[in-house]
Amino acid sequence: MSAIAAAPASAPAAAEPRRRRLPVRAWIGLAVVGLFVLAALLGPVLMPYDPVATDLPHRLLPPGSRLGDGSVAWLGTDQVGRDMLTTLLAGSRVSLLVGAATVLAGGAVGLVAGLVSGYFGGWADAVLSRIGDVQLAFPSILLAILIAGVLGPSVTNVVITLAVTRWVVFARVVRASALAARDLEFVDSARVLGAGHPRIIVRHVLPSCWQPLLVAATVQIGLVMVAEASLSFLGLGIPPDQASWGATVSAGRDYLGSAWWISTMPAAALAAVVTGVGLVGDAFRDLADPRAQL
Amino acid sequence: MGRFLLRRAGQALLVAWGAVTLVFVVVRIVPGDPATLILGPDASADQLASVRADFGLDKPLWQQYLTHMGDVLHGDFGDSWRLGGSAMGATLDRFPATLELAALALLITLAAGFPLGMLCARRPGRILDALVSTGSLVGQALPSFWLGIVLILLFARQLHWLPSTAGGGPEAVILPSVTLALPFVGWLARLVRNGALEEIGKDYVRTARAKGTGEGAVLYVHVARNIALPVVTVLGLLMGNFIANAVIVEVVFSWPGLGSLMVDAITNRDYAVVEAAIVTITVCYIALNLVVDVLCVALDPRLTPQNA
Repeated sequence: MSAIAAAPASAPAAAEPRRRRLPVRAWIGLAVVGLFVLAALLGPVLMPYDPVATDLPHRLLPPGSRLGDGSVAWLGTDQVGRDMLTTLLAGSRVSLLVGAATVLAGGAVGLVAGLVSGYFGGWADAVLSRIGDVQLAFPSILLAILIAGVLGPSVTNVVITLAVTRWVVFARVVRASALAARDLEFVDSARVLGAGHPRIIVRHVLPSCWQPLLVAATVQIGLVMVAEASLSFLGLGIPPDQASWGATVSAGRDYLGSAWWISTMPAAALAAVVTGVGLVGDAFRDLADPRAQL
Repeated sequence: MGRFLLRRAGQALLVAWGAVTLVFVVVRIVPGDPATLILGPDASADQLASVRADFGLDKPLWQQYLTHMGDVLHGDFGDSWRLGGSAMGATLDRFPATLELAALALLITLAAGFPLGMLCARRPGRILDALVSTGSLVGQALPSFWLGIVLILLFARQLHWLPSTAGGGPEAVILPSVTLALPFVGWLARLVRNGALEEIGKDYVRTARAKGTGEGAVLYVHVARNIALPVVTVLGLLMGNFIANAVIVEVVFSWPGLGSLMVDAITNRDYAVVEAAIVTITVCYIALNLVVDVLCVALDPRLTPQNA
């Protein structure tokens, strides 16, 4: 199925009369995601203050307040006087790091597992598929809470936890592509010409897996970022000495009546980024498979 | 039908067994020595040995696993060291609150999502349709804890219409269940809209219109019946989702359900309760999936056990 979808994309441009253009929604999504990535990468340069240093005289200031030394806290300050803008920038780094690392790790495991079970089939496929079935029967948030709670809070543990809960999704996507590709004629001819399994997988099967894998990865990055924030919100994710959007939201719950900005700002940032990622993911999916468009 | 039921029930049992095993592996093997966890790092070797003997931790792992599986079959997950009583008892105490939350969320999703989807299908591409489609995308992206906090700010702190925690009377269930339901209203509406648009193109709709049936009757009598099946399927899956997703919403609203019990238990390393809660939710989830599968075959005469 994906091999058919991949065919027009690899055909020369002349065969396609007009190029498909990205819809406006996708551009908005790209802009939001670009801004977020820039903020995360350039964060330390832009950060006006230390994200973890406390400044009690300036606590709970509303957005736009002027501090004693004449600088402005554009998004206000939190319950111990830290600048919210600085906290948001520091949190974006953690969010991006966890999102990217999880999708890379989960995607790599899923790619290998999917190729093995899709290409070779047999008992390896049976075992991997059953493990996947069991895991998918498990609400992923529960599995994440269980593993994260047992491992204890740290950035590495959050990445491990979320990669463990997500690899099945990638494995399913790759398995379907590999299964479709392995019986195609050009794979048969490569086999007849004497190519070994590694060469067939890398040269002939793998190329048709990239596109669906990329689409799945885009969608998953957004979900992983929400999952990280949820775990941190519950106190099971990023440790308290590091800025994290979810933990900031949780800390601000005690100040909902007096300082609404502490809880709402990071979560609004997260919602914006995840919506942006979703828009980009939709555009990717439509580009990869025009028939999926409704 | 009998054989289909048997096969699907067998699969569900197999998956449930896998899930219990997975939880056993994560809880018993990953965190290190359970005896040290119970007694703390200062315990003497004698104390450790006696706790190990009490809990059967001195036996080989496979023997522990078999004993544990036997206990689980009787609904026995051991005692909670923090709450005193049996872990399963604590879980069952809290379960009705979670079910109440999830059931109301399901009702809200259906009551809002279905009519909204039908309205969108009536005028595809118009303003309402675009709003719902954007809303469903944003709703999926919103972290549920944020939605909960915004609702608390708006309806509890600013307007003082509704209580924000469980102590506030029977209407306290409204905010958490709306939080749970809201992200899926747009999603269900999209599903209903797409299903209805597909059906509207079919011959029986043309026939109904040709007979002079009004557009309302065509949509709500003829089309609605034909998209009922996918909606039933999705509602079953949503119920499972709501029970699982309630974990975070319950923490936001301090709702005394299974989710907040589980989060409390895991931060206090009360693994018997964690296990009981997770297995209960997962078994519900698997059972709902099974019921949905069976309902589909039972409701749709076009689906036979062979092609389902």
